[in-house]
Amino acid sequence: MVNKRNLVFVTAAVLAAILVPQVLTMLGEEYLIGTASRIAIYGLAAMSLNLILGYGGMVSFGHAAYFGVGAYVVGILSFHVFDGSSIMGFQGTDAAVLSWLLAIVISALVAFVLGALSLRTSGVYFIMITLAFAQMLYFLFVSMERYGGDDGVIMYNGRNSLPMVDLSDDTSFYYVCLTFLLAFLLLFVLLVRSRFGKVLQACRQNETRMRALGCNVRRYKLAAFVIAGAVAGLAGALNANHAEYVSPDYLHWTKSGDLMIMVILGGIGTIIGPVIGAAAFLLLEDFLPLLFDATGFPTFKEHWRIVFGPLLILVVLFARGGLVGTFSAMRGDHER
Amino acid sequence: MYLFLEQLLNGIQFGVFLFLIAAGLTLIFGIMGVINLAHGSLFMIGAYAAAVATEWTGSFALGIVIALVVSGIVGMAIEFVIIRRLYDRDHLDQVLATFGLILFANELMTILFGRTPLFLNVPDALNGSVEIFPGVQYPLYRLAIIAMGVLVALILFLIITRTRAGMLIRAGSTNRDMVAVLGVDIALMFTLLFGLGAVFAGFAGAMAGPLISVEVGMGEQQLILAFVVVVIGGIGSVRGALVGALLVGVVDTLGRAFLPDLLKLFMDPASADGIGAGLSSMSIYIVMAAVLIVKPNGLFPVSVARH
Amino acid sequence: MKTANIVIATSMALAMSGIASAVMAEPVKIGMITTLSTGAGYLGEDVRDGFLLAVAEEGGKLGGAEVEVLVEDDGRKPGNGKQIADKFLKRDKVEIMTGVIFSNITPVVVPLTMKAGVFYVSPNSAPSIFAGKGCNQDYFVASWQNDSLHESAGVYANELGYKNAYILAPNYQAGKDSLAGFKRYFKGKIAGETYTKLGQTDYAAEIAKIRDAKPDMVFHFLPGGMGINFLKQYSQAGLKDTYPLVVSTASMDEKIMGAVKDAAIGVRSTAHWNLAQDNAANKTFVEGFKKTYGRTPTVYASQGYDTAKLIASALKATGGKVLEAKDDFRAALKKADFASVRGEFKLANNNHPINNWLGQVVEKDANGNIVNKIVKVVSPNHKDAYADACPLK
Repeated sequence: MVNKRNLVFVTAAVLAAILVPQVLTMLGEEYLIGTASRIAIYGLAAMSLNLILGYGGMVSFGHAAYFGVGAYVVGILSFHVFDGSSIMGFQGTDAAVLSWLLAIVISALVAFVLGALSLRTSGVYFIMITLAFAQMLYFLFVSMERYGGDDGVIMYNGRNSLPMVDLSDDTSFYYVCLTFLLAFLLLFVLLVRSRFGKVLQACRQNETRMRALGCNVRRYKLAAFVIAGAVAGLAGALNANHAEYVSPDYLHWTKSGDLMIMVILGGIGTIIGPVIGAAAFLLLEDFLPLLFDATGFPTFKEHWRIVFGPLLILVVLFARGGLVGTFSAMRGDHER
Repeated sequence: MYLFLEQLLNGIQFGVFLFLIAAGLTLIFGIMGVINLAHGSLFMIGAYAAAVATEWTGSFALGIVIALVVSGIVGMAIEFVIIRRLYDRDHLDQVLATFGLILFANELMTILFGRTPLFLNVPDALNGSVEIFPGVQYPLYRLAIIAMGVLVALILFLIITRTRAGMLIRAGSTNRDMVAVLGVDIALMFTLLFGLGAVFAGFAGAMAGPLISVEVGMGEQQLILAFVVVVIGGIGSVRGALVGALLVGVVDTLGRAFLPDLLKLFMDPASADGIGAGLSSMSIYIVMAAVLIVKPNGLFPVSVARH
Repeated sequence: MKTANIVIATSMALAMSGIASAVMAEPVKIGMITTLSTGAGYLGEDVRDGFLLAVAEEGGKLGGAEVEVLVEDDGRKPGNGKQIADKFLKRDKVEIMTGVIFSNITPVVVPLTMKAGVFYVSPNSAPSIFAGKGCNQDYFVASWQNDSLHESAGVYANELGYKNAYILAPNYQAGKDSLAGFKRYFKGKIAGETYTKLGQTDYAAEIAKIRDAKPDMVFHFLPGGMGINFLKQYSQAGLKDTYPLVVSTASMDEKIMGAVKDAAIGVRSTAHWNLAQDNAANKTFVEGFKKTYGRTPTVYASQGYDTAKLIASALKATGGKVLEAKDDFRAALKKADFASVRGEFKLANNNHPINNWLGQVVEKDANGNIVNKIVKVVSPNHKDAYADACPLK
């Protein structure tokens, strides 16, 4: 599978990603390092969604819930350190290792419970029940007065602490995010090619047949759902650190929609697609207004969504493979 | 006691209002197999059209008629340009394409009308209130909404079960190809059907205009609720949408009305208010999840067309 | 999705004033993070336009100094606010920050600004955390302290002789603060207290509860669309005259009046500025605003304009120096030597304005227009409740 051309391509991409902060510093655009971190974080989240969406065929319209739960774990633990109070008898913590691990575990648990319930349904009902659960959690956090309710939690202590790495430094933080992204990219490649991944994809293509073959379809789907939730939780934890701030907004249904857009934009059911989608989405969001300003369409700079909306429709209608699909079609590749 | 009855009526009225929105949604959802997130945008367009037309003509009735026409035309245009390419696609594509439509519609309305909410008030004929219980005045307009909801339910029921068009619709949804072979222009029928769904959305928006703020984004607040209604009832079932709407309306309203007071029996008032408000916001989603866990295809399951 | 990053550079201000040639001196960069999208977009829009009007009046300058105003939309999301602040502070090296509309974004933007050693002048939101112990010598407010909005409504309710009030607000921090602010000054009983959903559209249940409680009056904090929803439904239920409304200006601005028209008649509110206020600065402002933008300014536009004028007064005193002459600029801001559209303008020790709160009532004037008429000053020289806790002099 890994041919020489791909190997060269992957190596070049990784190197480029590693050099991002240096290049941006050289250009005098250091503040964009933060955008690069966001791309890595949202890439991770979109990748996790792609596991269930693209490979598992489960259209979850509530993936932001796990992103938000992971973020809130970090935010709440940090809040208690700042506040000096305890939570259910435990002290808060600013330690990255502990709070990120907890974020992963708790979002996995939530994904397990909600996934087990949601997977009783399928099709449109699955879309809607995942949406309903996400809305439920959204309103739960809105009503948590202790943690700022709708206003959310500001991490007054700043980012978490990691031994030997200063996360408050944007470049170091970027490298931490990038490490996670690359590690999980590798992990997902292995996962998708493993027996588990094969069964999952077979379930998407023909569930009845897999069931007839004696495969416990729901168990495989649930496992994928939990893995996706856990990784989204990690992404949420990272994003809480990036923004030093958590709010119910992280769980809003439009955020779930954003993650879906990233997956589709980049290329559903491909390994790298969601990351490219996240990059394209976030860069469009940042630069589309500027582009309109610079090219002499000042009306559009404030109303850039009037272009973004149709763009999205066009991608859905005519570029089904997303950016990755379009790119490989141009290269004449047929492996997907 | 009167308070409880009044709140119950409020709940029913809210439910009927939700049914007005959900009716078109379930029609398109059920028969055409399309998830249309832009239904909320059609709701908004109906409200805007009604507000502008009422301002021009001075007549709310005329405003409603114009709103119906405008939303119907916009709906058919949307179907013609975008939706018809989505019939063979999976739900994911439909969700995303119509999500893109929402962004477009909201931004377009902002450019056309600015960010200031438009004025639309209750027509004089329906202004005022009637005494429904001793000492309890109920707004006439809210009663009118209940009447309209019942009317819409009846019309829908008649169209689907009693007319030739309804028969074709039902046939077309079960087996498109067969109906097409029989010489029916399915494409045209679906365009008209989508237009009809849009007309319902626009009607709901126009009726809502005097009650709520006519502003950009007003549709999305209702959209999610309408989806909850449709899903609880069973996608494609008009009867289900009606039951679902009433259930959601009553649960939501009674939750807001009584949950905080109920909680005050167990906890201190300050936290009871907060938690009560939070729980009542969650209540309808809890109901929806509960319904789906027990009945994964909604209360009144219908076999949904997949093309 | 709502992240719009909109940059409106000086070009706009310059174009409006018709001045094409830029002056050689490096302009003072002012970063404005405001809310332009979402249903609350008109707040930010008016703050921005009020501010830019003041810049345009001087032909692209404030207090004689060339300025460049960078405007971006936070979409009402704190995360976006932080990103924009980062960009303004790190890349654009702005010297003055302003613009935040909502109290959930201020706590993200202001600490960053203070850490960067840059001045912040608020045109709207001023939450309590930065008014008392957490006040800062470089943080200024040109509008009001959040609580005062609602405290003044409590004072007005007392003046009107109400003894029993039903109060409601959305279930979020600003909503809770509003009810606390009202109760701090209101001397009567509270007939009932209800928290509503944020962005709620149907208020039938709450209205039934109000009727059941039979209060003397109702106070609510439902800004923007929520206020429009509530007012339409409240008036239809026929309760507006039975249980009159006394609210703060956020729940009864010009846009709400325009959207509900007759349903607003009789509603009482408090504000620190009124469209009809009789002073020269206000006349210039209202006429200029109408002429430039073709619409009636709201209270938010007046705040944006005042913010610009406050900054202008300090720039004038320092000859256009900001960060090179921090102490002078700070002292000049504190002096607040300018003609405010609200009349008198002075700052308390915590850099928050001491406002004269006006009691108003919505009426139909001789021409059939719905106007907010000034009744009287209800709370003169209203200092906020937190100023004493602030160590600044």
